[in-house]
Amino acid sequence: MADKTCELVDCGHRACGGCGPAFAARLILKGSGPESIVCASTGCMEVFSTPYPQTAWKVPWIHSLFENAAAVASGIESALKKQGRKENVLCICGDGATFDIGIQCISGAFERGHNITYICYDNEAYMNTGIQRSGATPYDASTTTSPAGKRSTGNNRPKKDLPQILAAHGSPYVATCSIAYPNDVIKKVDRAVQTEGPCYIQIHTPCCTGWGFDGAKTVELAKMAIECGLWVNYEMVNGKVEKVKKIKRKPVDEYLKSQKRFAHLFKPQRNDVEIAKIQAIADVNAEKYGIDL
Amino acid sequence: MKGILEGSHAAAEAAKLCRPDVVSAYPITPQTHIVERLAEMVADGELDSEYICVESEFSALSACLGASAAGSRVYSATSSQGLLLMTEVCFNVAGMRQPIVMSIANRAVGAPLSIWNDQQDSIALRDCGWIQIYAEDAQEIHDFHYIAYKVAEDHDVLLPVFICFDGFILSHTYEPVDMPTQAEVDAFLPPYKPYNMLDAKNPISMGMYATPEYYMEFRYEIDQAMVRSLDVIRRVGKEFGQKFGRDYSNLVEAYKLEDAEVAIVALGSVSGTIKDAIDEMRADGKKVGLLRLIVFRPFPAEDVKKALSGIKKVGVFEKNLSIGARMKGAVGYEVKDAVNDSSVSVLSYVAGLGGRDITIADIKKMVGEIEAGRGDCFLGLREELI
Ligand SMILES: Cc1ncc(C[n+]2csc(CCOP(=O)(O)OP(=O)(O)O)c2C)c(N)n1
Ligand code: SF4
Repeated sequence: MADKTCELVDCGHRACGGCGPAFAARLILKGSGPESIVCASTGCMEVFSTPYPQTAWKVPWIHSLFENAAAVASGIESALKKQGRKENVLCICGDGATFDIGIQCISGAFERGHNITYICYDNEAYMNTGIQRSGATPYDASTTTSPAGKRSTGNNRPKKDLPQILAAHGSPYVATCSIAYPNDVIKKVDRAVQTEGPCYIQIHTPCCTGWGFDGAKTVELAKMAIECGLWVNYEMVNGKVEKVKKIKRKPVDEYLKSQKRFAHLFKPQRNDVEIAKIQAIADVNAEKYGIDL
Repeated sequence: MKGILEGSHAAAEAAKLCRPDVVSAYPITPQTHIVERLAEMVADGELDSEYICVESEFSALSACLGASAAGSRVYSATSSQGLLLMTEVCFNVAGMRQPIVMSIANRAVGAPLSIWNDQQDSIALRDCGWIQIYAEDAQEIHDFHYIAYKVAEDHDVLLPVFICFDGFILSHTYEPVDMPTQAEVDAFLPPYKPYNMLDAKNPISMGMYATPEYYMEFRYEIDQAMVRSLDVIRRVGKEFGQKFGRDYSNLVEAYKLEDAEVAIVALGSVSGTIKDAIDEMRADGKKVGLLRLIVFRPFPAEDVKKALSGIKKVGVFEKNLSIGARMKGAVGYEVKDAVNDSSVSVLSYVAGLGGRDITIADIKKMVGEIEAGRGDCFLGLREELI
């Protein structure tokens, strides 16, 4: 079992107070332990954790580009194999790096079957460049490239289902989790690194700056997303959903109301049509994964 | 051991003898025969490397970067669009000081699509921080791989290397090649010892981000390493000569330059045609010589200046086009700067783009233009098509 006590992502990094991804980084390393090599993509986490000449990482860490972490990891894993070494090779990348620009590299790495664990910290937009939409941005979220306006209610497409896409690549283990449940994150990362082959984990990591909420409420927000069914925690083994977190579901309203990125759905007046569409997304999730208690 | 080898296979056989731990490349004409040959070697157990079959050149070089960062010797090969797709990673590899060696079978870039030879691809990447060596024949293609690894991995250098050779003209031509034995190569090129690497026992962060306070010094260091590599290439080239009888301590090759009144400067395989043209012109009493640039990055300015000293008329044969520049090719500027003498005329001539044939008659015509002081133009344009 991996070491779960030490802090491999040190304090002193430069994330916003209450940063979901920063919390996720610590949990991930608790799950994978000190025998890990981390490949990062360009984004918030890279910038806040490695301002030269400082680094928050106590494991070997490499960042090359925005879009190639999975390919870099493929090379590292192959090198380790040739050298007879056994470290866990992880990618820890943002949703933009994962859902959009990096998907070709990820698809290639998964198809080739490298023994790597690819972890996406999903803060649902490009935060580092100033809150632009990504393929992981939820329906109707207002971002700087999908702003709500007179003719727009924000991002006009639902979240891309990347876990399904990677499961379809034959990944032996795909899981979603949330910083709202730290032990679950640690357990899933541990399981992924123990599983031979390319595994994928997507961690829901609220971003106080990008979503517009008080940084003291990050975990609370993460929990609310699960309680309304807009985020589902599950494990998929060889393409089959096995474990799902069940909940007593609440309407989506409170979750939406608590963030600036959905404020246009309530002001100047409540937009029932759009809120109903978001509720429908949660309902479909509930049906698909059987999350209702 | 002498064999009759295709240029691509001269590259693949040399790459094999350098014992790369990891190979990753993606097929593109005219480089394809290299990846195919390496795949065969791995399939037959002749080459004990991890061969990563990637989905693109972008991933090929990214994987090489990862493997190199993890402490392995790596190899790749590409051409043209493939090299351009790698561009972002090329800058990154050099910036992260990974001693990766990559063969480039030079090819034109689109649009329009052309699979034939010119040197636009590697010349376009002249500022990305890779050493660029240009071979004239299959023997040089072969030998330069051994030299490249040794230079790249030298701790005074730690920069990646392109070994460039003209697509089809060299990559698909069979020539006799003298190949060293594995034991001889092992004695020349010891096992890879990384300067630093990703290792859980000794964690470091690589590829961090740098504020304006730090960035410039990193770039300065890369440039300094490139400058230092001039001497390292000479030294390693000489050592190669002592071991294998073919001396590569010169970064440029002079052909009948001593008493020349006109000099042609060129890179790569066209030098053969130019030498033949020079022989004919010499027989007619014309004092013409050739300066072949073997190394383009780092630019061997001192060597160029010395080799061209006393010559008043210089024409640079460019298989690349620097669109919008006054001199038409990128190499001319560097030669002019190296000569640094306003009494010397340095003109550039774009020729052979997209595989356009270059004949002895073309070279003779070029010399006429150099003598007349007309230059910075395209040679062999078909006026009726314009
Ligand atoms: C090829 C390329 N295009 C664009 C960028 C600019 N860029 C850097 S980070 C980033 C967004 C990162 O978003 P994400 O992966 O979601 O990570 P986050 O910042 O949210 O942590 C962008 C667009 C880049 N570095 N490289
Ligand atoms: S912008 Fe968001 S993701 Fe970036 S450091 Fe701040 S809270 Fe974290």
